[in-house]
Formats: sequence, structure tokens, C-alpha cells
Amino acid sequence: MPEDTQPDSTQPDRTAANPTVDESAHAPTGVMDPADEVTEINPDVDITPEDIGPTVAEGERLLEVDDVTLRFGGVVALNEVSFHINKGEILGLIGPNGAGKTTCFNVMTGVYQPTSGGVRFLGNPLGKRKKFAITKLGIARTFQNIRLFANMTVLENVLVGVDAHHSTGIGSAMFRLPKHRREEEQGHARAMELLEFMGLAGKADELARNLPYGDQRRLEIARALATSPQLLCLDEPAAGFNPAEKRKLMELIQTIRDQGYTVLLIEHDMKLVMGVTDRIVVLEFGRKIAEGTPAEIRDNPAVIAAYLGVDEEDAS
Amino acid sequence: MSTSTPATTTTTGENQDARRPGFKERVNGLPRPVKIALWVAFALFLFLLPLLNIPFVTTEGSDFGGVLFTVATYVLVALGLNIVVGYAGLLDLGYVGFYAVGAYTVGVLSAEHASLPWLLSVPIAIGIAMLSGIILGAPTLRVRGDYLAIVTLGFGEIVRLTLVNTQWLGGAQGISDIPKPPGLELFEVPAIDWSSGAPVVDLDTTSTFLKFGITDFVPYYWLALIVIGLVVLFDVLVKNSRVGRAWEATREDEDVAELMGVPTFRFKLLAFALGAAIGGLSGALFATKSGFINPQSFELILSILFIAAVVVGGAGNRWGIIVGAIVVSYFPERFREFADFRVLVFGLALMLLAIFRPQGILPPRRTLRAKKADERQAILEEGEASA
Repeated sequence: MPEDTQPDSTQPDRTAANPTVDESAHAPTGVMDPADEVTEINPDVDITPEDIGPTVAEGERLLEVDDVTLRFGGVVALNEVSFHINKGEILGLIGPNGAGKTTCFNVMTGVYQPTSGGVRFLGNPLGKRKKFAITKLGIARTFQNIRLFANMTVLENVLVGVDAHHSTGIGSAMFRLPKHRREEEQGHARAMELLEFMGLAGKADELARNLPYGDQRRLEIARALATSPQLLCLDEPAAGFNPAEKRKLMELIQTIRDQGYTVLLIEHDMKLVMGVTDRIVVLEFGRKIAEGTPAEIRDNPAVIAAYLGVDEEDAS
Repeated sequence: MSTSTPATTTTTGENQDARRPGFKERVNGLPRPVKIALWVAFALFLFLLPLLNIPFVTTEGSDFGGVLFTVATYVLVALGLNIVVGYAGLLDLGYVGFYAVGAYTVGVLSAEHASLPWLLSVPIAIGIAMLSGIILGAPTLRVRGDYLAIVTLGFGEIVRLTLVNTQWLGGAQGISDIPKPPGLELFEVPAIDWSSGAPVVDLDTTSTFLKFGITDFVPYYWLALIVIGLVVLFDVLVKNSRVGRAWEATREDEDVAELMGVPTFRFKLLAFALGAAIGGLSGALFATKSGFINPQSFELILSILFIAAVVVGGAGNRWGIIVGAIVVSYFPERFREFADFRVLVFGLALMLLAIFRPQGILPPRRTLRAKKADERQAILEEGEASA
């Protein structure tokens, strides 16, 4: 009886001995229910970051952006922007298109060097550190337009992230030294944990480019988490999601925070940002125009003006 | 891997015969002793290939042992270039430069200016080729894609022109009297004679394992075969490690790899250095076998052929590029009788390949498990379509 279903499977049984019964009951027209396609996460899997090195206490300043100005020729992409992120919080970074949100990410992850000002992580300036060194320090990110390693498997994508803290070189790999074995084993375990958490464990061996869109977004988050970051920066993770998926994503972000991560979230969807964040920073034309709790931001006239571009009377 | 989605449950059972399993799957499905026996048989076949004189396969016009040796050097070169082009995604159009550095180092150290023993000059040649890879790579690996291709193309030509114009390196006349490797002479292997129509063991024509002479090239082929085996083993071990993953991530998206903690420059340089070392090793073997080298042995066209071997075979798949190297080096030798049309036919074949197998003869395939996952997916989709 090789076709036995997993008794512990919590998902609706679509593939076992009698798929037709289930199918017809679920979707009589033959069209798949889109809700079926949303991968369920397993929030109980422990994905707490491993040996993250020095850190600050809960609620203390994890990362500080100090008067950062970034110019591209005559264009001022960021203009004296300052804000900070406390450990353990979810900070929203919002603003209209072209406000400089992603640019801000890029400064924080070492892609751009600020023209003046600087970023401090755990109290130390990032300075001219290389991108991979900043990742090692504990800042990881996802990308607005999905940028997975398309021709590598799901598992390999996550392993690349885990490898950030490994040091196996050509020698250990060539002679299969204990260090290589230890890091491979530990890395695989950690990567599979993350995939289970994301509900992607069953797809570990598929090529990343063959995943459905929503799974690709989740895989990006898994890959970023694999670097054991103290600060996880999500760049519009809900782009292209329907409301049901967005709701699930909000839960996911909160679960990630509850597991000991600090999250910086760029998002367009106001509802999502308001629902999930502890504090919000609003950018417009490269300047910070507001900062506060979601409730404060909602009533802030400058923010309303920035988003609607007009007075409240004209909008109605 | 404790959780398993419902999809995993359909891999076995009646769906099994719906799809013909691939070659690799069938081999992997065999019990271990059978697998080992198959590998031994395959190795033995490769070992005896030059002496079996199989009709049609054996080249008529030129010595088959020599042809096989040439094929083997191409395979070796392709393995090295595959690390650079296939794994790390760096287009290197001047690979012949490293091949030349390897060959000339052996020439200079063992014939032209010193008489170091072969066993010493070859490792030095590998080291110097590697060093030249680092020297070329350190400044140029900061540029990407097309720019890197142009810079490496220039490197290949610089090496050749330097060889032509430097009297210390023999100039246009090159270096001759490169010594043979020390022989072992362990046992003799007779050849097979097909002249009567049926295979007969011909005890008069034998090759001695490993006696490096000047008429019998079979031992050189054996030497190259052993080296290839070692390099393949090295390739497998390194590819399936953090190093291999870092290379692939860099190839897929260099910026993202860097942001995921991969020191991309360091790994690109490593790929470049290893590729150069293997190219140098191949050149050293070439110099040893021919006993004579001159700059004409290292023309630009060789770089193009090396790249062709990798691309034709399927960049990134070590077995694919081995097939590619065989195609690129063996067929022109086998069809020598077409003489002037050789290049035309070769070009046509490449074009046909580009049309029908743009990913190469054997494109990089994912692990066995990945294939199974694909199958599961296909079965699921079929099931849903029929439901």
C-alpha cells in the first residue's frame, strides 16, 4: 500500500487514492479554489536566529539612520533622513512612489554610500563595509522585484543564505574535512527548518523559478532569514498579492517578529502597514515628513496630503 | 525533513511506468555492488578503448591513441573552463592563455633553461598557471559580462604574442626536446585486430602501462585518463559544497549573492584560479606528449573551440561538457577525409545544436530529487486535468 496518505497531514487531501471525490466536492467547475494555492506556514517551527553575536536589549536602538543625504548628481534621493529601529519592533517605511524608500534600504545594506550622514548598527557606524560584511553583521533584505537564484533549487537558495556565516573553503570541501561536514549538516537542518516554517519544505528540490509567485515571495523571506539577521528588511513583500494573501503575510510578519527578529517593512498598502507595524516612518521626495504610531500617522495632515496630493475637502 | 505535503505521496505505484525513467535514475536505482561493477566496467572500457580498435570509431588516418590523447586534453580543458564559465558564469575567451602558460612552464623548466624532472615541473606549471589566473583575475574580475570577455580575449593574444616575440622562450621556433615522464612499465596490454572481420587478440601489438615512448601514444592517453578522473572527483567534491553554491549564486545574480553574504569577488577569483590551474595542467600534459611546443599551438581558435566544447555540451553540467569536448575534438579527427569541408560541417553542426538544443547536449540537470519533484508536479497536474 504505497499510496497511503500521511496521517498527520493537516491540509486537505488532494492527491491520495481518491482525488476525484475531493476535487468535485471542492471545486465542481474544475477550477481550483485560489485559497488552496496559498501555502500554509507552520508558525510553530522554531526559527529563532542562531548565534547572532553581540546585540542590544529588547526595545533598545538596533539601527540608527543619522542625517543621511544621498545625491545622484543633481538629484537628491535622500535628504537628511534620520530615524531609528528598536530591537523587537516592526517599523513601517512608507511613502508615495519615488519617495526614496528602496534607496533608504540600499544605503542601509551597503549598496550605496551616503553622500553625508551615516548608518549605525548596534552603535557602530557601517562605514565603507562591503555588502556581504553588512549581511554578516546582521542585516538581511528581500527585493521589491523578486530576485531569487532562479536556476538553483529552493533548498540551495536558502543554503546560500545560511552559508553567510560559514567558512568552508576549497580545502575543507575538497578533502571533506570535519568542518565541511559539520557546516553542511547544520546548514541543511537550519535551511529545512526555515522551509518548513514557510510551508515550502515539500518543494525543497524544485527550481526556484518554477515556484508559484506567492511561494517565490516567501522563499525570498526564507533566504533572508537564513542569514540569521538581527534586522530583516522587507521591500514590498505584498506586491502582487490578493487581500487573502496579504492577510496571511501580515500574520507571517508578526510570527517572524515573535520568533525574535526585528522587521523593517516597506509597503504601499496602508491597511497592511497600519495593521502590522508598531511605528511608521513616512518619506516624501527623500525627506522624512512624519514618524509615529499607526494611529498618529493616520491623522497626520502632512501624510494625508502626501498620499492624496490635495486637501481633504477636494478629495471627497 | 519530517513534513511532507500531500504531493509527495504519489511518487511510487502505478504512475511509475507512465514515464520512462532517465538514464541517471535507472543507474541510481541499481543496488550498490551493481553500480560499482558498472563503473569499473566503464573505466575498463575507457582504458582499453585505444586498443580495441573498434571499427568505424577508430580513426583511420591518424593514430587512434594520439587522437584519444587530444580528446582527453580537451576534456580536461573543458572541465577547467566549466568551473569558470559554467559554475561561476564568467565568460573567459582567452583560456588558451593558461593552457600555453602550463605548456611553456614545463618546456622552460625541463628543457629550455633547466632540466627539472617531469614530476617537479608539472606541479610548478599548475602553480604558475594558477598564479597567472590570479594576476589576470584580480584587476579584471571587477568588470562583468562582455567586458570580461574582451579582457580575457586580449589576455590570450598577449600570451601568444609574447611567446612569439620572446627569444628567451624560444621565439617562433618554440621549445623542443621536452622530456618524457618517468615510466613505470607495470604490464603489457595487447591490442585487438579486426582485419579478419572478427576480433582477434593481437599479441604482437602491445602497449605497456605506463611506458612513455615516442611512437606509442596510448600510455599518454592513460595518464590523461587518470588525471581526468582525479579532476572530476575534485569537481564533484567542490561543486557540492559551500564553494559550489557560492559560484552558482554569483552566476545567477551577483548583486543579490553579495547581499546574501557571499564575498563574490573572492569566489570569482577562486573559480578563475582553479580554472587556470586545470588549463595549465592540460597544457603541461600536451607539452609532455608532443615533446615540442611553439606559439602556433596556442592560437585564438583554440580558445573558441574550448568555449564551444563547454557551450555545446551544456555549461554547468560536468558530464555534458565532457561530451561537448569529445564532440568538438573527436569528430574533426574522425572525419578528416572531408578535409576542407571539415570546418563547414562543424559550423553547421553547431548551428543545428543552437537551434535544437540551445542549452547544450546535456544541459545541467538538477539532482535526482529535483527530477522527482518535477515528476510529482507533472503527475499532479495530469491528475487535476483528468479529474
